[in-house]
Amino acid sequence: MSRWFPWLQAAPLALVLACFLLVPIGLIVVVSFYDYDSFSLIPDFVLTNYREVFASPVTWQTYLKTVWFAGLTWLVTLALGFWLAYYLAFVVQDATWRMVLFVLCTVPFWTSNLIRMIAWVPFLGRNGILNNALVGAGVIEQPLEFLLFSDFAVILAFVHLYTLFMVVPIFNTMMRIDRRLLEAARDAGAGFWQTLWCVILPLCKPGIGIGSIFVVVLVMGDFATVRLMSGGQSASVGLMISNQIGLMQYPAAAANAVVLLAMVLLLVAAMLRVIDIRKEL
Amino acid sequence: MPGRAARLLLGTLFVLFLLFLYGPTLTITILSFQGPDGGLTFPMNGVSLHWFGRLFQTQAVGDLGASMTRTLLLAAMVTASTVVISLAAGMAFRRRFPGSGALFYLTLASLIVPSILVSLGVGLLFNRMEWEPAWYSSAFGAQLTWTLPFGLLIMFAVFNRFDRAWEEAARDMGATPWQSFWHVVLPIIAPSVVGIALFGFTLSFDEFARTLLTAGSGNTLPLEILGMTTTVTTPVLYALGTVSTALSFLVIGGAILGMRLLRRRRGV
Repeated sequence: MSRWFPWLQAAPLALVLACFLLVPIGLIVVVSFYDYDSFSLIPDFVLTNYREVFASPVTWQTYLKTVWFAGLTWLVTLALGFWLAYYLAFVVQDATWRMVLFVLCTVPFWTSNLIRMIAWVPFLGRNGILNNALVGAGVIEQPLEFLLFSDFAVILAFVHLYTLFMVVPIFNTMMRIDRRLLEAARDAGAGFWQTLWCVILPLCKPGIGIGSIFVVVLVMGDFATVRLMSGGQSASVGLMISNQIGLMQYPAAAANAVVLLAMVLLLVAAMLRVIDIRKEL
Repeated sequence: MPGRAARLLLGTLFVLFLLFLYGPTLTITILSFQGPDGGLTFPMNGVSLHWFGRLFQTQAVGDLGASMTRTLLLAAMVTASTVVISLAAGMAFRRRFPGSGALFYLTLASLIVPSILVSLGVGLLFNRMEWEPAWYSSAFGAQLTWTLPFGLLIMFAVFNRFDRAWEEAARDMGATPWQSFWHVVLPIIAPSVVGIALFGFTLSFDEFARTLLTAGSGNTLPLEILGMTTTVTTPVLYALGTVSTALSFLVIGGAILGMRLLRRRRGV
């Protein structure tokens, strides 16, 4: 087989990624130095777009808020995802049941995120199911206002959307743990928590890493969940970028995009230092 | 193995999680059959198909039929391209070649770059080049940057478990590389190829962030839904959700069923 054959096979992939990823991102970097007025882009080399990003306290708050959303969602999905995967891998004994329950966890992946967000409206609204039930049960007198269109709703939606991205890789690594290791731990006198901490957790690290990358990256880049679930009362970097795009302020959006991309890449690089995902495929 | 109480606790957590996962979607599916006077939440004011009928009147949604056709065509294009391109690239990556490391990291980067940035970048590219963005050009490319990494990672997983002895046997029996691919490799990895196709379809069918700035004048279904969330306050929104979910389950279920039938006929 010719030496050039692998290149030929990989060429379509390289071409698509070059045209629709590399060049566009490069263009974002270029445009982030452009000047603009309300009608058009003015090719130039100015630093005003970045100055606006770093000088404005509002932007700083938005960045902090985004990191806060990502951090909180990461903690909740990790805690939830780990125990759900643990239940599937170690508590459920029957292979068929395990498969059925696992598939049940992944089915929502095949439906639209937007619809899954909208689905919370009849639940959390002022006259929604939850408030009606709580008022009906006499737990509260007034409907709770913070349920929908709040940071609570945003985090709830993120957890709802992204927990499965934690469950799947963690479950995957847990299933590959040699069961004899657990027996050995028990024989050596380790209790439940000791086995968990010293045997299971270290062996699950790659799965936790892959899940964490997915969740953090998806939350950091989000704009629709924050817009829909906070009802415009909260902000994230993605939402700020999409608002600036709506106002045709492309260079401002591009500058924010560059900063966001740098943040995301640094975070992922830090996580990749802890795990080697190439071994995990 | 945790104790009895702990196992019960974990089981309860799991059931609650499934309720949390499915409850809301089931609720809006029920609510989409709300009577004509019904509102966005319970109680149901009768049962009707009123809101599904409203979907197809032009004032409710821009033009549902056209956006649905567009979305399905785009998903079909993305699915076919994802399968072919990631299959070819997956074959190439079985051996190291100059630049394979760089291409691998570029593919991973494609997974990591936030969707809205791809949308912005491709939108800017078409804007600067004075090309007209359209669903079949710019949106198509933007979606491929999302589906291809998934496709390639699945191919990696497949070939890491692939027994090369099959191919060697084919070669020893005088098969050309193309014959050994078509008659030996492809039938073995067929289920995973269908998996790649399903990923490609569903990721494209539900995508909105990457099509936001790249779809041009013709909206896709998810973009219609996104637009409706801010303006529509009737169960027509739920009806659209139900239609969209049903459509994607129909395609995915059809694909799985088709594969089963095909296998049975071949007697595998």
